[in-house]
Amino acid sequence: MITFTVNGQVREFSGDPTTPVLWYLRDELQLTGPKFGCGMAQCGACTIHLDGVAQRSCILPIAAIAGLKITTIEGLSDDGDHPVQKAWLEHKVPQCGFCQCGQMMQAASLLASNPTPSDDEIVQNMSGNICRCGTYPRIHKAIKSASKAMAGVEYYVPEEGETV
Amino acid sequence: MSQYFDLTRRRFLKSTAAVGALVVGTCFTGAAPRVMAGVLAQPDDSAKTANLFVALRPDGIVEITCHRSEMGQQIRTAIAQIVADEMEAAWDKVVVIQGKGDPRYGDQNTDGSRSIRYNMQRLREMGASVRYLMRQAAATRWGVSIDSCSAEQHTVSHSSGKSFTYAQLVNDALAITPPETDKIPLKNRSEWRYINTAMAHIDLKDLVTGKATFAADVLEPKALIAMVVRPPVVGGTVKNVDAKAAKAIDGVVDILEIPAPTGAPLFQPKGGVAIVAKNTWAAIKARRVLSVTWDDGKNGDYNSEEFKANLLATVAEPQASVRELGDAVNILAKANDKLVADYYAPHLTQAPMEPPCATAMYYKDRVDVWAATQNPQADMSTVAAIVGMKKEQINVHVTMLGGGFGRKSKPDFSAEAAYISMKTGQPIRVQWTREDDIQHSFYHAVSAQHIEASFDKNGAIEAYLHRTAFSPMASTFQENATKAMSVELRLGFTDNPINTPNMKLENGEAPGKARIGWMRSVSNIFHAFAIQSFIAEAAHKAGRDQKDYLLETIGPDRIIDVTKQHATYDNYGGDKALYPLDISRLRQVIEKVAKMSKWGRKLPKGRGLGIAAHRSFLTYVATVVEVEVSDTGDLKIIKSWASIDAGTVVNTDTVINQVQGGSIYGITAAISEGITFDKGRVQQSNFHDYRVPRMNDAPLEIDVEIIQSDAPPAGVGEPATPVYAPALCNAIFAACGKRIRQLPIGNQLTA
Repeated sequence: MITFTVNGQVREFSGDPTTPVLWYLRDELQLTGPKFGCGMAQCGACTIHLDGVAQRSCILPIAAIAGLKITTIEGLSDDGDHPVQKAWLEHKVPQCGFCQCGQMMQAASLLASNPTPSDDEIVQNMSGNICRCGTYPRIHKAIKSASKAMAGVEYYVPEEGETV
Repeated sequence: MSQYFDLTRRRFLKSTAAVGALVVGTCFTGAAPRVMAGVLAQPDDSAKTANLFVALRPDGIVEITCHRSEMGQQIRTAIAQIVADEMEAAWDKVVVIQGKGDPRYGDQNTDGSRSIRYNMQRLREMGASVRYLMRQAAATRWGVSIDSCSAEQHTVSHSSGKSFTYAQLVNDALAITPPETDKIPLKNRSEWRYINTAMAHIDLKDLVTGKATFAADVLEPKALIAMVVRPPVVGGTVKNVDAKAAKAIDGVVDILEIPAPTGAPLFQPKGGVAIVAKNTWAAIKARRVLSVTWDDGKNGDYNSEEFKANLLATVAEPQASVRELGDAVNILAKANDKLVADYYAPHLTQAPMEPPCATAMYYKDRVDVWAATQNPQADMSTVAAIVGMKKEQINVHVTMLGGGFGRKSKPDFSAEAAYISMKTGQPIRVQWTREDDIQHSFYHAVSAQHIEASFDKNGAIEAYLHRTAFSPMASTFQENATKAMSVELRLGFTDNPINTPNMKLENGEAPGKARIGWMRSVSNIFHAFAIQSFIAEAAHKAGRDQKDYLLETIGPDRIIDVTKQHATYDNYGGDKALYPLDISRLRQVIEKVAKMSKWGRKLPKGRGLGIAAHRSFLTYVATVVEVEVSDTGDLKIIKSWASIDAGTVVNTDTVINQVQGGSIYGITAAISEGITFDKGRVQQSNFHDYRVPRMNDAPLEIDVEIIQSDAPPAGVGEPATPVYAPALCNAIFAACGKRIRQLPIGNQLTA
């Protein structure tokens, strides 16, 4: 028996411990926010948080999450009001939207560990998440917006000569 | 326009009796599909009006049916914007219902960038009809003339100041016989409040909270999961199956064969062996140990290197004429100073983020399907054929699509689900893996092109010869077809805008050794790549600025009718009076994007600007790309700019988003190694070896400007893609002097 929490609820699992977390979430719990895109950690559509850190759930065996906390997009906020989600709304990021739950989970994890990432840090951190609709420029802008919102203060960027 | 939807008096429905909703459009019976994506409000369960275009319910909620598939182009929002605007509906009272597959909607094939072009007028008329009925109902109640009543935001007001809400008028409106459509006034453009604005799309909140329902998110019916091991070669068949180990996997319910298709591929499944399991992981595990041997059939000899050599040999020789003006062949034969270039581009695959997926439930007398399909009527006919029913017996519910790009116009996956459900008697969800998607797609054609030109004393093109050869889509529909259909050639080849007295365009034959399909903007991709690269090469040869030379090459403002040059050309199905090939509009987007990008500015060493312009899907786009190429050949796209003239547009932010996304989609053609074959088998399998653009491949800024136009609406989803690879390669040349004639770029910059 493997015990862990999903979006704050304690769960127990006694099936095949090699089952990827993605299929447990989707098939067993009917949490369909995490998506199947590649099955080999190449695209990021399945991204969830494991103890607050972005992980690819499609290759994460359930045996590896004993005692840990899983968060999916469904648990990221009560009503889409996480700063990242608000920024995604503000910038109208999604086109088809299929990859965007994974993109937002990746972005939320980035901002939790690095609240004011540089442009390059955003690119480095987000390049594991594919969007075939090509919303990258908007994702990048939305992360900058969320960063500002989470910092809660305006800060001065000397080379731009203005507060942003 | 489909005659069925000509809005005449007899097609107004006065009432759906039990419901009492005012319904405009048409009506047919059948269960109402529930909204798949979540919308502004849940519709009343009693309102069984979901197959209709517009229904005004007694509670004032407006149900607008979207019969086109949503795959990121925000068509659900655009259709609602059009109807609600003409109807003067309050936006917070609008609910969008996703239409099922039904020929009575007219065309539902959501590709070719034509949803707005085909539907805007009739949607406006339907919205305007409701507004008219509301005004008439109020006028009758007050005993005043309709002209003294105005409708605004779900309310009709009289000049005296009294008013009724739309909800208060529904019952009265049911008793009114409306006039003919052409007697109902449409708004002037200046009166539009939703059309031509950047309003947020209706599914946005659902998409950012994970609530939108894509194909694999359909929870009812609770389906068994099927995965299919397909023949690796098109036309191959199962020789032998050893399912012992697979059957022993806990959770595996059944293993069965899907028959091999006969004749042309069409949208039929490829056949193979299906694994049916209680959950996805069991199916994946079983698949890993299922052993199948194959007869490869006649395509087992397909090898991309050989095929490339054959295509290049084909375009080196004279071929069938497609368009002819003057005497290009003889002039070129005698010319001393020619520019001659061969271009090559590999197969690509669409690779939508959501791999193909469909759920089906077979009953004695019908099949219910839930699918991520761009073309639900094709699901109806393809499913009907494989289960032996009539297409009217196939109910196709369209989910949200996680991208489509042409792949999901071909519903082989729905037919697989239906067949397996028929054989097992269970509801079945067929889940394609990424490997399935990469290896069993309908591929963007591989192509070779030869262009040569001679020049007059000013460096202008005096004679121009362009030959194209590619594996034709025709081969998907007609067995052994080797000739391209004219609709494949009109995609950027037949209709080039070059202004020269002598032109010859030719097409060589080639077989389709894989299933050939269409991918966002189709053969425009390789045709625009060749033409726009060649013009930049000619500019360099003449020592001229790329942009100036491009403008001179397309020549002065005029309308071109290529059918007067011995060409067959259907103009994307658009009336050539309404949608002429208008060089002034092409010039305008070029001049606009040059201004946006500050064309001609001095750049640091290693930087370059490239430009390309192209008309496709009746829309004009010009793009400038700025790149940096390091001394060691590393390529970085710094920024790009695009100007688009798509005629009348509905949602300006959607247009910008589509142009940005279409640009990045175009990067695929330049950087992806493409799809290659050996022994008939695709050599790529997932995103590690089929490269698609990631954030670090893309510019972080793509500035887009829409030319404001009163021209009729044209395409938006595709036209930004074809210009990107040539603009990028022209920028690379400007940055480092290396000319890319063969895609992908690969290691050509470091070699």
